[in-house]
Amino acid sequence: MNLLGLYNYWIVIVLMMVGFYLVIARSNLLRKVIGLNIFQTSVFLLFISIGKISGGSAPILKDGVEIYSNPLPHVLILTAIVVGVATTALALALIVRIREAYATVDEDEIHVQDEEA
Amino acid sequence: MIEAHLPVLQVVVPLILAPACVLCKDVPAWLMALLGSAWSLLCAALLLAAVLHHGPLDYAIGGWPPPWGIAYRIDTVNAFVLLLVSVIATAVVIYARRSVASEIAAGQHSLFYSAYLLCLTGLLGITATGDAFNLFVFLEISSLSSYALIAMGSDRRALTASFQYLIMGTIGATFILIGVGLSYMMTGTLNMADLAARIPTVSDTTTMRAAFAFLTVGISLKIALLPLHLWLPNAYAYAPSVVTALLAATATKVAVYVLLRFLFTVFGASFSFATMNLDIVLVPLSLAAIAAASLVAIFQSNVKRMLAYSSVAQIGYMTLGISLSNVTGLTATIVHLFNHALMKGALFLALGCVMYRIGSVHITQFAGLGREMPWTMAAFVAGGLSLIGVPLTVGFISKWLLILAALENGWWPVAVLIVAASLLAVVYVWRVVEQAYFKPPPGEATRGEAPLSLLLPTWALVAANVYFGLDTSLTADVAGIAARELLGGGP
Amino acid sequence: MSTPLLAGLGILIPLLGALGVALTGRRPDLREAVSLAAATAMAFTVAALFPEVLAGGRPQLQLLELLPGLSLTLIVEPLGLLFAMIASALWILTTVYSIGYMRGNNEAHQTRFYVCFAVALAATCGIAFAGNLLTLFVFYEALTLTTYPLVTHKGDADARAGGRLYLGILLGTSIGILLVAIIATWAVAGSIEFRDGGILAGRADPFVASLLFALYMFGIGKAALMPFHRWLPAAMVAPTPVSALLHAVAVVKAGVFAVLKITIYVFGIDFLDATGASDFIMWVAAFTLLAASVVALRKDNLKARLAYSTVSQLAYVVLGATLATAMGVMGGSLQIAMHAVGKITLFFCAGAIYTAARKTEISTMDGLGRVMPFTFTAFLIASLSIIGLPPLGGAWSKWYLMVGAADAGETLMIGVLMLSSLLNVAYLLPLPARGFFRPPPEAAGESMPPGAETSAIRTARIREAPLACVGPLCITALGCLLMFFYGDAVFTLMAPVIEASTFTARLTP
Repeated sequence: MNLLGLYNYWIVIVLMMVGFYLVIARSNLLRKVIGLNIFQTSVFLLFISIGKISGGSAPILKDGVEIYSNPLPHVLILTAIVVGVATTALALALIVRIREAYATVDEDEIHVQDEEA
Repeated sequence: MIEAHLPVLQVVVPLILAPACVLCKDVPAWLMALLGSAWSLLCAALLLAAVLHHGPLDYAIGGWPPPWGIAYRIDTVNAFVLLLVSVIATAVVIYARRSVASEIAAGQHSLFYSAYLLCLTGLLGITATGDAFNLFVFLEISSLSSYALIAMGSDRRALTASFQYLIMGTIGATFILIGVGLSYMMTGTLNMADLAARIPTVSDTTTMRAAFAFLTVGISLKIALLPLHLWLPNAYAYAPSVVTALLAATATKVAVYVLLRFLFTVFGASFSFATMNLDIVLVPLSLAAIAAASLVAIFQSNVKRMLAYSSVAQIGYMTLGISLSNVTGLTATIVHLFNHALMKGALFLALGCVMYRIGSVHITQFAGLGREMPWTMAAFVAGGLSLIGVPLTVGFISKWLLILAALENGWWPVAVLIVAASLLAVVYVWRVVEQAYFKPPPGEATRGEAPLSLLLPTWALVAANVYFGLDTSLTADVAGIAARELLGGGP
Repeated sequence: MSTPLLAGLGILIPLLGALGVALTGRRPDLREAVSLAAATAMAFTVAALFPEVLAGGRPQLQLLELLPGLSLTLIVEPLGLLFAMIASALWILTTVYSIGYMRGNNEAHQTRFYVCFAVALAATCGIAFAGNLLTLFVFYEALTLTTYPLVTHKGDADARAGGRLYLGILLGTSIGILLVAIIATWAVAGSIEFRDGGILAGRADPFVASLLFALYMFGIGKAALMPFHRWLPAAMVAPTPVSALLHAVAVVKAGVFAVLKITIYVFGIDFLDATGASDFIMWVAAFTLLAASVVALRKDNLKARLAYSTVSQLAYVVLGATLATAMGVMGGSLQIAMHAVGKITLFFCAGAIYTAARKTEISTMDGLGRVMPFTFTAFLIASLSIIGLPPLGGAWSKWYLMVGAADAGETLMIGVLMLSSLLNVAYLLPLPARGFFRPPPEAAGESMPPGAETSAIRTARIREAPLACVGPLCITALGCLLMFFYGDAVFTLMAPVIEASTFTARLTP
């Protein structure tokens, strides 16, 4: 099996792990959100890349073109991106509120404050 | 004419009312939320009746037939879950007016009801849809609105709880998305019925197994199955009372439904259990959830948090029923979906009454409440008895079916553990009862009973706890039909 | 009125009584009249069921069906009818006694007391008429829950601690063990009905049967088999009328009644005999019987001593059931009736002594018999009945238990029974002995003019408890005597049940 031929999957996996690591390992809430975005983006790439058909053209009806790439994953991911943007917006709004309430965006410091309370 | 469009109308009407809510003042917004919930309840009741009489309903959105368009498919299982969600949503929204007024700042009520309607839309959509990707979208609608709802809690810890839930929920949803994507890769369809038809031909591939794993883990996160439950206790404990009641009674239940749908309809019982051996993972986790979460619940001093841990334990009962993968087990799970929603709904609404009068649900605050808020505490005791599984309440029916299912598989120790966990429930319910009835109230300040608009919905759910404990023709019979449908025996 | 409805009425009347009591709570006289009326009405309702049951009828009333095959059903059969009759008849006397006791001691929350009492009786009636294990279980739990407020009536720290133990053990064993046994029975036999000859015969192998039997016997915490007996002494913090009716009649008898009912109608005497499933429990019962008597010997508090005596006497019934012979079961059934009348008298006496003289420890009751002759005479009679001396009712139950043990070939059990009777003598008779023959302590301790001691005794004025207390205890003491002469009535009532359960009918010698 040609491992390099499946490079799109490698990119997806690397991005996914980078994002996942950020979410888990960082205590700064903003970085968590960034990690979450990278994590989601990797999945978007997965979807888009599987829609590609070798030798296929962009899915726009045109004379002389026989093979089109599958447009459905693109449509789905458009929706998923909207969902991702909404999630990010909500997360950022929460971070603003958390900063107002705790005067910090660091998870560990927030935890210390909750313990004291 | 309009009957034919019921499957979609019940989802679309709350969706349209939600943005309209934002434009309204507080009271009209509440009326709209009430309208939306009552409408969905009406639709759900009609749908269940129709499904029971005529068999499953298919609906193609916009007239586009599947697999091109998005199809809604209502069979006994999801008609039942739809009814459950809309019943709880309606009871809670009636309750919400006074409770929200006391717990949420005056300017934000319309936003609250808007998010409430969106959450309802999402939950109904997840349940009604027959399309895997559409399910993901509705899942995110309900999740995003519930993050917002939780963050409205008066304690600042609500914010961190909501953030934590957001992170874990998004990871879970993304896992589901990966699972859906991988199955699409292998089958070329997103329609659940098509997926079910095509998966057997490709079930031997690694991709399919990965899809199964991603979906199961993602859904388990939403269910809050034991090691993935960390978001739940804080989210339930610090959310506004109304939100806790809604989420505890519906959100995890819908997630359990999604698990049922994927394991049994989409992948099929033989792939899920014979090929993937899911029960090897699911049974220990369920048992651990039942035992560990019940134990942890005993040591909580925040009563809402205590009930949250109890929810984690109860979810263990449901997944246990799933992993038994026989008709009785699935019946038990589906019945318990409904019954647990009634119990936890009643209990959290009773706690909302306490919150309304006392402003706290710390266990020491319950001292003397038995005399000061007799109706509220009586509702709590009734809900608690149901949670324990005392006969003549719904809890008994659930436990009975589940134990029977365990015995059918010859799993004696499991049956004993289920019963032993009921004893742990006795302990944690008893802690509250003892505070309320045997400790004198602090000081002489008389705190009085909660208003009628809070008590009525609470007692409506308590009455349902007793009624469905006596008359099981709606719950157990319908759940039995649904379980046979899921296992492929036909209705 | 048709007889099945009468069975339902037996449960409904006390409930209505409870409602009436709650409504008339502000007027004590009316409230107690309602209570008394309910008790009388219930006793007559239960009595009205006798003709049909004696004629072989089994009135049946289905209340609800939860799941297919899982219903709440009432069936009146002789054993249950016997139990219901005893409970309801003694309720009348206890109500009269309660009026004297509660007023004499100025107890608080009397309305709550009478309400819970009535509801507890409804639950007892439900247990007596239970047509299947589920119904039995439901009413069994209801009885635990409704008697809890009675046990903790005083509301102080002691009462709460006792109440917690009471609730903890009873709920713990019933949910943790009994319910498992019931569900396992359903799984094994496919039914939880009570049926003549049992439902397990032929469906369970000896090992499963032994396991199930042990689960049932330990699961019925109300039968107070060791090691689950601690709740009974703990519950003695309750006011004496509660101890009397609930812990000599309703609650504990509900336990041993359930034991007998399960032995006869779930296992079947023949099946138990053939499989030897009850052998292990027989030894547990024998141990409980002796150990509790020894503990009773060492208790100075009168109610605690009576409590341990009850633990021991309950084990007689369990022993009778586990002998798995017709005579043993007959002895157990008789023991339910005889012990109820005897023990309630003893508790009435303990309460009367407390009300009149404020004394709870046996060592302080010297000479009291001369002040309270009626109470102490009644105590003596009831003690003799418990010990099993003719011509008192208790003699019959001990007699049949011994015959049963002989039938089963368990010679050692005959020895256990004899030894226990001796222990009964040792812990019950000292009180009447002290009361009648020892001089009162104040006469000995205080400095009195010479010769005053004897005159003090001679002139000691009779200071009995109120008539409402003494009356009932005299009636029940008389009952002990009558039960000896009407013992065969119980025998005739029970004979068909036992014959139906065993093919080798050994009732006719």
